[in-house]
Amino acid sequence: MERNIIIAGVGGQGILTIATILDMAAMHAGLNIKQAEVHGMSQRGGEVQTHLRIADGQIFSDLIPMGQADLILSVEPLESLRYLPYLKKDGAIVTSDEPFKNIGNYPDEQKVLDTVRKSAENVVFVDATKIANELGNPKSYNIVMLGAAARFIGISNADFEWAIGNLFGSKGQEVVDLNIKAFYATTK
Amino acid sequence: MDKQLLLGAEAVAVGAIDAGISGVYAYPGTPSTEITEFIQKSKDAQSRKIRSKWAANEKTAYEAALGMSFAGKRSIVCMKHVGLNVCADPFMNSAITGVNGGLILVVADDPSMHSSQDEQDSRAYGRFAMLPLLEPATQQEAYDAVRFGLDLSEAVKLPVVLRLTTRMSHSRAVIERKAMRDQNAFNPDVNTRQWILLPAIAKKNYAGLIDKQTAIEKSSAESPFNKVVEGKGKKAVIAFGIGYNYVMEVCKTNNLELPVLKISQYPLPKDMVQSFIDKYDDILIVEEGYPIYEELLRGFSDNKKFRGRLDGALPRMGELSPDAVAPALGVKPVVGQPVPDIMVNRPPALCVGCSHRDLYEELNSVLSAYPGKAVFGDIGCYTLGALPPYSAINSCVDMGASITMAKGAAEAGLHPAVAVIGDSTFTHSGMTGLLDCVNDNVQVTIIISDNSTTAMTGGQDSAGTNKMVDICKGLGVEPEHIVTIVPVKPRLEQNIEIIKKEIDYKGVSVILAQRECMQTLARKKKAAKK
Ligand SMILES: Cc1ncc(C[n+]2csc(CCOP(=O)(O)OP(=O)(O)O)c2C)c(N)n1
Ligand code: SF4
Repeated sequence: MERNIIIAGVGGQGILTIATILDMAAMHAGLNIKQAEVHGMSQRGGEVQTHLRIADGQIFSDLIPMGQADLILSVEPLESLRYLPYLKKDGAIVTSDEPFKNIGNYPDEQKVLDTVRKSAENVVFVDATKIANELGNPKSYNIVMLGAAARFIGISNADFEWAIGNLFGSKGQEVVDLNIKAFYATTK
Repeated sequence: MDKQLLLGAEAVAVGAIDAGISGVYAYPGTPSTEITEFIQKSKDAQSRKIRSKWAANEKTAYEAALGMSFAGKRSIVCMKHVGLNVCADPFMNSAITGVNGGLILVVADDPSMHSSQDEQDSRAYGRFAMLPLLEPATQQEAYDAVRFGLDLSEAVKLPVVLRLTTRMSHSRAVIERKAMRDQNAFNPDVNTRQWILLPAIAKKNYAGLIDKQTAIEKSSAESPFNKVVEGKGKKAVIAFGIGYNYVMEVCKTNNLELPVLKISQYPLPKDMVQSFIDKYDDILIVEEGYPIYEELLRGFSDNKKFRGRLDGALPRMGELSPDAVAPALGVKPVVGQPVPDIMVNRPPALCVGCSHRDLYEELNSVLSAYPGKAVFGDIGCYTLGALPPYSAINSCVDMGASITMAKGAAEAGLHPAVAVIGDSTFTHSGMTGLLDCVNDNVQVTIIISDNSTTAMTGGQDSAGTNKMVDICKGLGVEPEHIVTIVPVKPRLEQNIEIIKKEIDYKGVSVILAQRECMQTLARKKKAAKK
C-alpha cells in the first residue's frame, strides 16, 4: 500500500490540521509516513502545500515525484489546480468550491470550477463552509474536507475516528463528537 | 521504545535533549527556528533546566555556546545558513581553540531560497574550518546525529557541524528515541591555555587541528551514516545527505539496481570513496547544494567520468527532487497535466492591519516630494514593502545593512538617505552601524519599525523590546531626534509631518515606529482568554 497526497490551500487556512489527523490515523494503522511542509515566507497569505506520503513499505523521498499523487486535497479551488503536474493519471481531486480571494487578479470563479471538473475523472467538490455551519461548528471546515477525501486515502474510518479523538481529546468529549460528526458528514 | 512523528528540526531538538545538552543557543531563521522553539516548549527540557532563550544574533549565540563548552557542558547552537556568516569569526576560531564539553553547530541551509537571500552551502564552511560535518538523510538520522556528534565532539575535542536543509528540517517522519542521558558535570577548563589564541598558542593549536584530520576521517570511514548500497553495472551514484533519498526513490520506482555510495559524514572517507570510484566508469554526483564535492572529485583536469550539476546532468542551482534526479539516472520523468493557463500566483503579503503598511504609506507620501531619495530596506516582514502597492524600498541585503548602506550612500551625496529596519534586525546587527552614523554625524533617517517581535520567523521574543529609546540614546543619538510615532490611520497626517521634519534634519535621526504585530497581538489575546 502506498498513497501520495498533496494537501493544498492558502497560508492561514489550516491545512496542517488536516495533515496532523491524517498522520495520526496513518500511524495508528501502522503505516510509514513522510510529510514535507511549507514554513516561513509563504505562510503569509501565500500558496501553501504539504506533500504527504504513507506506505506500508519504506518511503525514501520526502517529496512526491511528479505524476505520482493519488489525491489532491485542496481547501481552495484555484489551489487544487496548482499541483496538477503531480497528479497521477487516475488520481482524484477533492476540493472546497469556495474561492479564497486575497489577490486582485483571481481568475473567473466559474472558469476555475469548470477547469477543476475537467482535470480528473474523480472530482469531488465540497461545500465545506455550509456543511460545517449546518453542523453548528464552523471550525470543523477542515474535518469536513478530510471526510470527503477519506475514501481515496486507504485508511479505515475507525483509524480516522481514533485520530480525531486523539487530537481533540484534551478539549472534551463534546468537541470530539462534533468533529467526528463533521468527518462523517462527507464520507459517503 | 518511544516513537514520535517529528519534523527533522524537532528530531534534532529531541535528540539534543536526550543526548544531555545543558543549553541551546540560537537566533531565529527559517528553516532552523523550530529546533529552539521545540526545546523552549519541551517539558523534558524544562525539567532538566536546559537554557533555551533566544540570543541577540548568531555570533552572540555561538560564543555563549562555546563558553558553555569551556565550562564542560554540552550545547548546540542553531541558525540558518546566512547566520553562519554572522558568526563565522567565532566558528572558525573555535576550530582552533577546540572544545571541552561537546558542541554542535546546527546550521539549516535553504537551497532554492524558499525564504532566504542566497542558497550558500554550509558544507563549504565545514571544509573551510576542517571540522567534522554530519548531513542526515532521514529524520531518524537527524535524531541520532546529535548524540553521535556530541560524542565525536568530545572524543576529538572539536566542534561538530550538523547540516540540515529546508526539506529535512521541515519534513515529518517517525523517529525512535533512545534513553535520555545525564548532562555533563560542571568542569571548567581553567588549567589549559588552549583557549587563549595568542599567535604562539594558536599555531600549536592549528597544528593540532591538522593532526586531528586523520582521526576525524577515520570516524567518517567507520560512520553509521556512510554506506555502500550494492548494485549492478558500470554506472554508479555518490549521493550526499538528502540527495540519497531522491536517488533511492527513483531506483525503487523504476527497478534500477545502481550501486550507490551514501555520504552523510564528512570529511570524505578517502579509501571508501577511492575504492568505490575505481570500480565504475560513470558516476553521478548528487549533492543537495553547491557542487562542492563534484568539483573536488572531477579535479583540475576535469575527470569526465563524473557527472552532476557542473555538466548539466543535474540542475546547476536549486533544491533537488526525484524529478530533478530521474533524467540523470536515465529515467524519463512522468509528469501529470500541465498547470492550467488560468493559474495566477499568490505572493505573500503584509497582514491586514500590519503596522508596516501604515509606515510605508506615510513614508511614501513624504518621499514623493524628493526625487533623489532612496530607502534602504532590511530583512523581516517589512521587506514585503518592496512589493506593490508600496514598492517602497530600494535594497535588502543582509541583517543591519539598511543603516550602514544609507550611511555610505549619504556620504556619497544621497539625500534623503532613509533606512527602514525592524526591531529584531536592529538589535541583531543595526546598533553598531548606528554608532558609526553618530560618530560621523551623517545626514540619515533611520526608521525602526518596532512591532515588539521577530515577526518574519513566527513571532519570537525580540531582544530590544522596551529598550529601544535607551539603546539609541546610549549610542549617542541626540534625544530630541529620537522620535516615537504610532503608525495608525488616524495619525497619518501627524506622522507625515514628523517624518518630513526628521528627513530634513542635518544629522542622525531615529524614528521609532511602534505598534505591535497583529499576529502576536492575536496570539496574546487568545492566550489571555484561556
Ligand atoms: C543572519 C540572519 N539571521 C536570521 C535571518 C532570518 N530572519 C529574517 S527576518 C528576521 C527577523 C526580523 O524581525 P524584525 O526585524 O523585528 O522584523 P519583523 O519581521 O518583526 O517585521 C529573521 C530572524 C536572516 N535572514 N539573516
Ligand atoms: S506577521 Fe506581523 S509584522 Fe508580519 S506582516 Fe503580519 S502583522 Fe505585519
